[in-house]
Amino acid sequence: MTDKPTTPETGGEQSSADRPVGGLEPRGAEPAGGPLVTGRARSGMFHISGSGDTSGFGGLRLPAHVAAPSERPFGGWFDEVADELLAAINEKELPADTVQQITVDRGEITFYIRREQLLEVARIVRDDPALRFELCSSVSGVDYGADVPQRLHSVYHLTSMTYRRRIRLEVCVDVDDAHMPSVVSVYPTADWQEREAWDMFGIVYDGHPALTRILMPDDWDGHPQRKDYPLGGIPVEYKGAEIPPPDQRRSYS
Amino acid sequence: MSSTEEDIYASSRETTEGTVFNVFGGDWDEVVEDALGNERIVMNLGPQHPSTHGVLRLVLELEGETVTQGRTVIGYLHTGIEKNVEYRNWTQGVTFVTRMDYLAPLFNEAAYCMSVEKLLGVEVPQRAQVGRVLLMEINRIGSHLVALATGGMELGALTGMTAGFREREEVLHLLEFLTGLRMNHAYIRPGGLAQDFPVDAVEKITDFVKLMKKRLPDYDKLLTGQPIWKNRLAGIGVLPVDACLALGMTGPILRSAGLPWDMRKVEPYLGYETYDFEVPTSTDADCYARYLLRLEEIHQSLRIIEQAVKRLEPGPVMVSDAKIAWPAQLTIGSDGMGNSLEHVRKIMGQSMESLIHHFKLVTEGFAVPAGQVYVPVESPRGELGYHVVSDGGTRPFRVHVRDPSFVNLQSMPAMSEGGMVADVIAAVASIDPVMGGCDR
Repeated sequence: MTDKPTTPETGGEQSSADRPVGGLEPRGAEPAGGPLVTGRARSGMFHISGSGDTSGFGGLRLPAHVAAPSERPFGGWFDEVADELLAAINEKELPADTVQQITVDRGEITFYIRREQLLEVARIVRDDPALRFELCSSVSGVDYGADVPQRLHSVYHLTSMTYRRRIRLEVCVDVDDAHMPSVVSVYPTADWQEREAWDMFGIVYDGHPALTRILMPDDWDGHPQRKDYPLGGIPVEYKGAEIPPPDQRRSYS
Repeated sequence: MSSTEEDIYASSRETTEGTVFNVFGGDWDEVVEDALGNERIVMNLGPQHPSTHGVLRLVLELEGETVTQGRTVIGYLHTGIEKNVEYRNWTQGVTFVTRMDYLAPLFNEAAYCMSVEKLLGVEVPQRAQVGRVLLMEINRIGSHLVALATGGMELGALTGMTAGFREREEVLHLLEFLTGLRMNHAYIRPGGLAQDFPVDAVEKITDFVKLMKKRLPDYDKLLTGQPIWKNRLAGIGVLPVDACLALGMTGPILRSAGLPWDMRKVEPYLGYETYDFEVPTSTDADCYARYLLRLEEIHQSLRIIEQAVKRLEPGPVMVSDAKIAWPAQLTIGSDGMGNSLEHVRKIMGQSMESLIHHFKLVTEGFAVPAGQVYVPVESPRGELGYHVVSDGGTRPFRVHVRDPSFVNLQSMPAMSEGGMVADVIAAVASIDPVMGGCDR
């Protein structure tokens, strides 16, 4: 009785410690041929390839959208306005392709205008008694993406207070030759809005009285709302020192 | 002062444009005396001057006290919201646009959401439409009160400021009760509203209308008939109707010149044609007329609110299309606003499809068919237009805001050139620019 141990021996029969169970030993030094795992090889913690961006911050984009031309009848007063505009363009002996395309979409009519005739067309739609678009509501630039021909669009929203109608004029230019006439002489309200489009998209409005930057500082490089201009990532100068953009700063990990 | 002697308060240097004086303090008469030889002072006002209505900078060319030329410099509050929106999904865009014109956040939200809904081709439920009208009119009152208050402060009527901000506080309390936040609500969402109004909303709104009706006559007593106020504003900052049209003015400035152009009447949206209200106009085209119009518009907004409250029928506040409507049901829990426990229980415990759907809609968002729209609404300052372009994706391709502050500020030179320096302040106050909206 005295030679019997009072405590179970480690790994012994009465121990609560883990013991190896038979049948899980490797059969040989090498696997028996063929890969053990099928599928892609893993690398890194989440095996991301490419930029790994699923947020879209890297510029995940669909192909550019091209508005389709519309067939007559456009419906409502659209035909009347289109007829009047085309007749007035004929009367002024402007080229037949002054209006390149007419699109009716979601109850709004868009006239795509050749840039050479923009000023004459603006004068016609303002002064023609059957059109009378007295108010230029908005001028905005749109950039349709880096690899798109005629990517820069200048969009004019015109309002007729007499007839309570709205039309849209759109002028498309290439980024290498981003010139179009300024409509400030017809609609003085376009002054600041064209300056904004120049500032943000680099559209040059020829004949503008003072085409300078309006929202960005005067010495800013580039046109921030172009699609190939990054969101953030611009070094900042503060009290004489340059602070690198957030994605290039020292990491503490 | 002879040129050999250097004045420490007004140093001068020669430029190609003539002598430029840098004034840091001291006696203004002395500076004017110095400058009288040149008869031309270029004075910089702002962007940190308390009378320029925000970070607005004015460059004025003076001849004595008369402004011969004025130019406006903006961009000090440019935050790139239009660019940022392109990197977020359509629903998140609301959070950005509400921060543009911070005195009229609900107008930005409503106009943005209406443009997204026009692109989607959906119609929001009746209760959401009435709710939007309610919120916008409450917001219009708050915005006009700030216009009166800050305008009063800039002209020295400090009691006008304290009174205006006191009433505006009531507006903000009410908006906080209805939407959860005093400003930057993000309450109007594409497809409807983020959630329904609280249960006793009607009671609170009715109380607010009663209170405003009691307090509004104070403004007539305090400002309308007051001779100093009238002398500072009447006949100042005149902009006739032809100049308004050429410069693209809208809102109270255009209506003060006699044209009853109000988007709620001429191009009704959200059922405004069914409400009974008037569009006040004047033919004086001056700062005093604009002040009176703003005051009268507050009364008209109260009329619309009274009618809208009666139309607040129970019903959904979000479109029923599950591919657009925000998937969660929000409730207030112990840790603030969040997904309701029933909703979490359902998606986590019962329906894998609901979980996937929730995840996709919240992270990726819904796709909007390609195209472009322009949606104008009548904000307190004029036509607020959203030109929104979609490429068919889950993020806006381009959002351009035609902000009335931006366009209306162009009229500053036309209103103030030829007048006194003090009248420039009155003219800018009557334009009521909000730099957050102007610079975006």
